[in-house]
Amino acid sequence: MEYLRAFIVGGALCVLAQILIDKTRMSPGRILVLYVTAGVVLGAVGLYGPLVDFAGGGATVPLTGFGYLISKGVKDAIDAEGAVGILKGGVTAAAGGITAALFFGAAASLFFKSRPKR
Amino acid sequence: MTRLPIRIEKGVYIASSASAAGKNEKEGPLGSAFDASSDDDRFGQDTWERAESEMQRLALDAALGKADFDPSSLDAVFAGDLLNQCVASNYGLLSFGIPFFGLYGACSTAAEGLILASLFCGAGAKRCAAVTSSHFCSAERQFRFPLEYGGQRTPTAQWTVTAAGAFILTDDRDDVRIDASVRAIPRIAAVMPGIAVDRGIDDLSNMGAAMAPAAADTLTRYFSAGADPGEFDLIVTGDLGREGSEILRDLIASTGRDITRNHVDCGMMIYDCDGTDRHAGGSGCGCSAAVMASNILPNVRAGVLKRVLFVGTGALMSPLTVNQKGTIPGIAHLCDITGEVTREAK
Amino acid sequence: MNTDGKTYKKFAQARARKSPVLKNCAAAFASGGAICAAGHGLRTLFSSVGFSDADAGMLTSSTLILIAVLLTGIGVFDTVAKHTGAGTLVPITGFANAVASSAIDSRTEGLVPGVGAKIFTVAGPVLVWGISAGAVYGVIYYFVTALR
Repeated sequence: MEYLRAFIVGGALCVLAQILIDKTRMSPGRILVLYVTAGVVLGAVGLYGPLVDFAGGGATVPLTGFGYLISKGVKDAIDAEGAVGILKGGVTAAAGGITAALFFGAAASLFFKSRPKR
Repeated sequence: MTRLPIRIEKGVYIASSASAAGKNEKEGPLGSAFDASSDDDRFGQDTWERAESEMQRLALDAALGKADFDPSSLDAVFAGDLLNQCVASNYGLLSFGIPFFGLYGACSTAAEGLILASLFCGAGAKRCAAVTSSHFCSAERQFRFPLEYGGQRTPTAQWTVTAAGAFILTDDRDDVRIDASVRAIPRIAAVMPGIAVDRGIDDLSNMGAAMAPAAADTLTRYFSAGADPGEFDLIVTGDLGREGSEILRDLIASTGRDITRNHVDCGMMIYDCDGTDRHAGGSGCGCSAAVMASNILPNVRAGVLKRVLFVGTGALMSPLTVNQKGTIPGIAHLCDITGEVTREAK
Repeated sequence: MNTDGKTYKKFAQARARKSPVLKNCAAAFASGGAICAAGHGLRTLFSSVGFSDADAGMLTSSTLILIAVLLTGIGVFDTVAKHTGAGTLVPITGFANAVASSAIDSRTEGLVPGVGAKIFTVAGPVLVWGISAGAVYGVIYYFVTALR
C-alpha cells in the first residue's frame, strides 16, 4: 500500500511537469528550477512535510523533495543554532545528494564518451 | 525600387559536386549517393568539431577528384558551417591552401556560398569552390543540450543533418570533365540574394515556420521578375521541414502561384522521416549541401532535371538571442540552375 | 498573405503538430511512479539496516544518482528519456543525467574549462535557485521566530 502511494504521488508530480512541457514549451532546465524552488516553498509553508509522511519516496525522490530537504535543513539549523543556520542549513542537508551528483558526474566524464543519437 | 535577380551572363558552370555524410543519413533514402561516410559519425577524429572539419575536407577532396582539378588551381573557396567562429570550415579546409572566405548564413550557407562563388567566377575568377557542413553532435552541443541529455523533442523539432557538401565552379565550359553519363552541364544562370524576414516566431523547435516567409519572399520576388513556377522541374528548398514546407506552399498559393507539384525540400528528402525521431525532417547547412551535391545536381547532369531553383533557407538566431527572448528571422538565397546539354548528347 | 508578426505566429502555431500529451503523460506517470516506488524501497532497505531517516534518504538519492549517471554514460538514459519525458526528468535521476551528460560532453574541452565549468550548465541553476530560495526562507523564518 505504501508503495502504491509512493507510485501515485511521484507519478502525479511527473505528469504535472509533462503537461507544463507539452503545453507551455517550458524547457527542462526551467522545470527543474521550478520544482526545486516549489519544494522549498511548500516545505516552508508546512505542506510538503505531510506529503512526505503520506507518500514516502513518492515525495522525496522528485526534485521537489530536494527543495523540501533544503527548507527543512534551514529550519532545523536555525532552531538549533540561530541565525547562522540561514547560511548553513540548506546545503548541509542537501550535501550528500550534491556531492554524489557532482562526484559521480565528474567521474563519468573520465570513463565515458558522448555518442550520436540514432 | 524593385530588386531584380542578378543574371550571370558569362557562363558559370558547376564542374563537380560531392558529399560526406553520417550514419543516419547513409541509412536514409539518398544513402548510396554520398561519396564518404562514417559508421560512428566521427570520421576518425576524437572530437565532434574535428569530425565536422574532416567531412568538409573529404567532400572537397572528392569534388576536386571528380573534376580532376588540383587545389592550387582554385582561386577561392567560400565555406561555412554552424559552429562559432566558423571553425569546421577554417580547420577542415586548411590543408588545401586555397584562398578562403568563411561564411555564416545558418542553414542557408550552401546557397550563399554557391551565389558568391558563381559571382566570383562571373567576375574574373577561373575556378572557385563552395563547401558547407553541419554535424548533429557539434550542433546539438552548441544550440541545444549535451548529447546524452534525456530530453524529449517536440513534433516540429527538426534534426540537424550530419553531412557536408562541396561544389566546384568554373567559368569555362570546356574546363568541365565530361564522361558518357553526362548529358548536361549545370549552369548557374541567375541568383537572387535573400532578405532577412522576421515574422515573430520565437520557438527554437519550429524553425520551418521561421524560415518559410523568407523563402516565400525570395521566390515571390524571383517569380515577379518574370519567371513562372511551372518552368522549373524542381523548386528545391533547403530545410523547411514538414511544417515549413506546408506553410511555404500556402504562402506562395496566396500570391496566385502554385508550387505544390514541383516543390521538394532537402530536409524531407534526406531521411525516411516517418516513425523516427527525425519526423519533422532534417536541417543544417550540410543538409541542402549534401542533397544538392549528391542527388539534385547529378540528376541535372544526367539530363533528368533540366531546370532547378535552389532556395537555401536559414534561421538567423543564436542560443543567446533566444534566451533574450528574441524572435527568429529567416533568410533564403536563390540559385537558378539550368542544365546546358553537352555537344555529345545533342 | 500580408499578415503582421502576431497573426503569422498564431497561424504557424495553429499548424504545428501537437505533442501527444496523453501518451506522454501516461509514460511520465508510469516511469516516474516506478522510480519513486523503487526509491521508496531503497529507503526502506537502508532504514532496515540501521541508518537514520535522514541518512537513508541521502543514500537513496545517491544510489538513484549513481544508477542514472551510469545509464547516462553507457548511452541508455537518453534513449529511455525520450519516451518517459518528465517521468525521468523530475525524479533526482533527471538532475543526475543533467550533471553527467554535461560533464561527459565537455570532456574534450579539458577537465577545468570543460568538465569543471560545464558540469553546471543545467545543474547550476537548480543549485543556485534552490539554495537561494532556502536562504530567503531562512531569513523569513528566523525573524518570524525571533519576533514571537
